[in-house]
Amino acid sequence: MRGTRTTPLRLGASVLALAALLVSGSACASDEGDTPSGGSNAAAGGAIRAGLKVAFLPKQVNNPYFTVSDNGGKAAVAEFKGEYKEVGPSEASASSQVSYLNTLTQQGSDVIAVSANDPNAICGAVNQARQGGAKVVTFDSDTNKDCRDLFVNQVTGQGIAENQIKLISDAIGGEGKIAVLSATANATNQNAWIELMRTELKKPAYAKIELVTVVYGNDDDQKSFQETQGLLASYPDLKGIVSPTTVGVAAAARYLSTSQYKGKVALTGLGTPNQMREFVTDGTVRSFALWNPADLGYLAAYAGAALASGMISGKEGETFTAGKLGEYTIQADGVIVLGPPTVFDAANIGQFDF
Amino acid sequence: MTPDQTGRSGGRLSALGSWDVVVIVVLIAVIIGSSVLVEGFASPRFWGFLLLDVFPIALIALPMTLVVITGEIDLSVASVLGLSSAVMGQLWFLGLPLPLILPLVVLLGALLGAVNGLFVAGFGLPSLAVTIGTLALYRGLAYVVLGDRAVADFPFDWTGNAIAALPGTTVPWVSLVVGGLALAFGLVLHATPVGRSLYAMGNSDQAAVFAGISVARTKFWLFVLTGAVSALAGLFWTLRYASARADNGSGLELSVVAAVLLGGVSIFGGRGTLVGVVAGVLLLTTLRNALQLADVPADTLTVVTGTLLIISVVGPNLAGMLRARLRRRRPRASPVAG
Repeated sequence: MRGTRTTPLRLGASVLALAALLVSGSACASDEGDTPSGGSNAAAGGAIRAGLKVAFLPKQVNNPYFTVSDNGGKAAVAEFKGEYKEVGPSEASASSQVSYLNTLTQQGSDVIAVSANDPNAICGAVNQARQGGAKVVTFDSDTNKDCRDLFVNQVTGQGIAENQIKLISDAIGGEGKIAVLSATANATNQNAWIELMRTELKKPAYAKIELVTVVYGNDDDQKSFQETQGLLASYPDLKGIVSPTTVGVAAAARYLSTSQYKGKVALTGLGTPNQMREFVTDGTVRSFALWNPADLGYLAAYAGAALASGMISGKEGETFTAGKLGEYTIQADGVIVLGPPTVFDAANIGQFDF
Repeated sequence: MTPDQTGRSGGRLSALGSWDVVVIVVLIAVIIGSSVLVEGFASPRFWGFLLLDVFPIALIALPMTLVVITGEIDLSVASVLGLSSAVMGQLWFLGLPLPLILPLVVLLGALLGAVNGLFVAGFGLPSLAVTIGTLALYRGLAYVVLGDRAVADFPFDWTGNAIAALPGTTVPWVSLVVGGLALAFGLVLHATPVGRSLYAMGNSDQAAVFAGISVARTKFWLFVLTGAVSALAGLFWTLRYASARADNGSGLELSVVAAVLLGGVSIFGGRGTLVGVVAGVLLLTTLRNALQLADVPADTLTVVTGTLLIISVVGPNLAGMLRARLRRRRPRASPVAG
């Protein structure tokens, strides 16, 4: 029987190799806890310390959205003369960020701005990073509030709901049937927004607007396209569609722009200017909204730097200035809200590139 | 004497001898090189993190080695991990105590493995097809069990202890578990009749049957074992990340197969050693973490791992084929022969 010639020798070698690795792991375990030079000792209200090592850890690298927001962070870091870097996994899974957090901990980062793929999976690694002296700011997607120092929230659900209902109401003249094209049926944030929209619609100003159905495009371009087609077939008197997801709103716009409904059925939602530019130009869409992801990263960088410089400690009510964005106040649970969504229309869309 | 057969088997044997040595040498070279070149690599903390990262791949690679040596493959391992994690989360959510959940989940893993084993060994279906099917099926079931929810409120006693290091070191205690299991698997594979029969099956199922080996039964239990070990990895994964999710470990089967092949196990079966696989797992993970520490972007990491995998599949086979071809050519050179 070939292949079966074993080899106590080889077995022994492997055991040795393993043992060697274990030992090399355990050797001099005492030099742990390389604390980066101070920061938190600086007097409150001072200036941002120069030379801060700021790392951005997105949900996934090469994701256009995070590229824009991380570049916003990069601009901020350049302003306060820190060292910027972006690291991250190539796939957005729950645990994939942990080893990057570990790496950043070892490298002695002063500030880590992370958008969490999972609210819990990175908590242990975040805590180790904080013990190692880093300030951890989450942006876009939060962890458990006990893990991180601050969360920079792009927008509140209430802000989204008010904005979207106002935009669609303006687009259809305050009267008629509307539908929602969502992402997946179990997308937590989408469902929360849709509930808030229903509440918003109960206001007297929107009494003549009726939300007839919610359909799901699963954040898939083709499915969203077909669902839009289906909506218009099922509700011939539909006046408008709200699609609070970037994939959905672009697919719906593409369908409308090539159909008989162009200009007759209104569309709004959350989309990026680059996706939606042609549909605003050709009149399919009057206006849509999104927070500015570059501003989100910019604010996260300033918030982290303010923490690492000891200007703020993360308590509710503290204020700090985030460069060109102005002054922000820390709310309950260490949350900072970027602000209401930015509305894009024919007048201003030319100024944005993301 | 047919030059074909002797050529091939000779090629295989010599490739077997050399490849795992190559991997071990490369591993040592990577460790030494990185210690010099990458700041922070030669720190106990790095190895503590690395040994935690390596755990699930190393653990599942052990039974996978045996499966691949018999000429089969199990691509459902990561889905078994995910389903185990989801079931663990759901049972905890329903209020069962963890000491009861853990054995139940390992049992579930064994059952899932038994389904694979039944189709492969019982019905004689190709394991590639069967386990691609169960890869999708088990992952789907994981979503049925837990949806897109995450169960995360495991007691700190458990999540903390799962990643705890041995006193006075940064070596996670789970490394000892993997080390012990690796030793056990190595002994079974290389020093028992069972191990010998696995190689025999990998070379030829029929010959193994004629040699009196109960091929079907052995393969069945191998899949059961792989399922149980994958579930164990799922338990650890869940506690380590304190998050039971249906998508846990997705794509991990590829890392496991990559490590096994890199370790010199032939994808066609019948060839490979556990030493090589342990070295392969460590090489993949060490290289990955070292490059990450050196701020090499994730895409480059993927390219590097992909290249390594290609080399590991092509390398030994190419060497064997070349040797076989050289031997085959010699008699043909004479115009009389043939």
